[in-house]
Amino acid sequence: MKTTSVTMAHKPLQTPTIDVRALDLKLGATQLLSDVSVQSHTSGVTMVMGANGAGKSLFLRCLHRLLPVSSGSIRLQGKSLNDPTLKQAMVFQKPTLLRRSVMQNLAFAAPPGTSQSEIERLLARVNLLGRESQPARLLSGGEQQRLTLARALLTQPELLLLDESTASLDPASVVIFEEIIRDVEREGVKSIFVSHDIGQAKRLASDVIFLHKGRVVEHTEATEFFNAPRSREAQAYLAGEILL
Amino acid sequence: MVISEALSEAFRLISIGDSDLLEILSLSMSVSAIALLISVALGLPMGTLLAIQRFPGRKVVITLINSLMGMPPVVIGLLAYLVLSRSGPLGVLGLLYTPSAMVIVQVLLITPIIAALSFQVMDDLHKEYRELFLSLNVGVAKAIPAYVWDARYSLLTTVLAGFGRAISEVGAVMIVGGNIDHLTRVMTTAIALETSRGELAIALALGIVLLTISIIVNGTVTFVKSFAQKNAFS
Repeated sequence: MKTTSVTMAHKPLQTPTIDVRALDLKLGATQLLSDVSVQSHTSGVTMVMGANGAGKSLFLRCLHRLLPVSSGSIRLQGKSLNDPTLKQAMVFQKPTLLRRSVMQNLAFAAPPGTSQSEIERLLARVNLLGRESQPARLLSGGEQQRLTLARALLTQPELLLLDESTASLDPASVVIFEEIIRDVEREGVKSIFVSHDIGQAKRLASDVIFLHKGRVVEHTEATEFFNAPRSREAQAYLAGEILL
Repeated sequence: MVISEALSEAFRLISIGDSDLLEILSLSMSVSAIALLISVALGLPMGTLLAIQRFPGRKVVITLINSLMGMPPVVIGLLAYLVLSRSGPLGVLGLLYTPSAMVIVQVLLITPIIAALSFQVMDDLHKEYRELFLSLNVGVAKAIPAYVWDARYSLLTTVLAGFGRAISEVGAVMIVGGNIDHLTRVMTTAIALETSRGELAIALALGIVLLTISIIVNGTVTFVKSFAQKNAFS
């Protein structure tokens, strides 16, 4: 088992924020993730990259307990996935919203005791203040995704998982989305972001996990990854070649 | 009596609120309404549980419900008759040829419809919401009311479809109700009887009322669907 470990120079943390060891995911006879081992000590945005079918979204789903792993261990923020104090939230690629108003969507996810002013503050943060009574599914694609981000943040996560959450957004919505990710990073929220967008990864990432065919082939600091990728697969990916 | 005269007499009976007509209408509505309430209470939770829970034999139950949905009403009526008749297992209750027997047979008829249609609605919703609810740590106790509430417009359509089926049924209620005057005569059985007797005016009057109910039910379904689609609630 080979564990890739990244510790950022500017924000080193004692406890790894991501500690995945020998993770295997098998569905039926198909091996989807093999011996995935990653340790990250950074508090910033960890980008998960790789070609289609590399296993990025599956990896994220394993971290979020949406898929049961076949073997291996996962600890996030120093806690096991079964630890009830581990607060994590996920924003999916396609926004799933309840058939209700904007406010009712947030109220559904709000922890007990959440005040109206907290919800309104979040709505302002995602530029949706004043749209509370509008049916959520009538919002534009960008607005819907910002609402799902607000819903995730309402649960006060210490870990935010983003699965290609900006893939279908217009540039203006991407800017707002990224600003919020940077803001919450400053507030201590760790993000793990699956993205195909190399520009976005350069803007946000503190470290990059590169997956290929269900295996981690590289895990390095973002600057190193983009300037001097070590693996042949990452070099080809960044050069725009088609990885098979 | 020529058709035009019968039609004229039918409208007259409706306009004056003929007592026989009102009695038959009242019994039809109350039998179908009670049957609908019971069927919703049984079929809706059944459809919801089938959609969101996984258990051994689930697919068999789904197949059974779908099969029962297409079962001929007269066969259901016959089976209910055998159970409720004096020599049947529930004969001691003396329910045969009473409005209660008609409620029972309508429950048997529309519960599979409501269960199967609500299963379809809930199954689609569950596929959409499953990961979100897992992600938000939403337990079953919070998820079920959420599913029901978010499917409310589709479920209302299902319920109205069930009512439409119940009120317009004739074969099964005829078998277990017996079409007894002032006791178990409902609109559909009365129409069949009066037509066979050549009493077209009362048959037409009941037919017009039944058609009006059907138009109201279908109009409501269309309005509800349109409202839900307009607000992206469907």
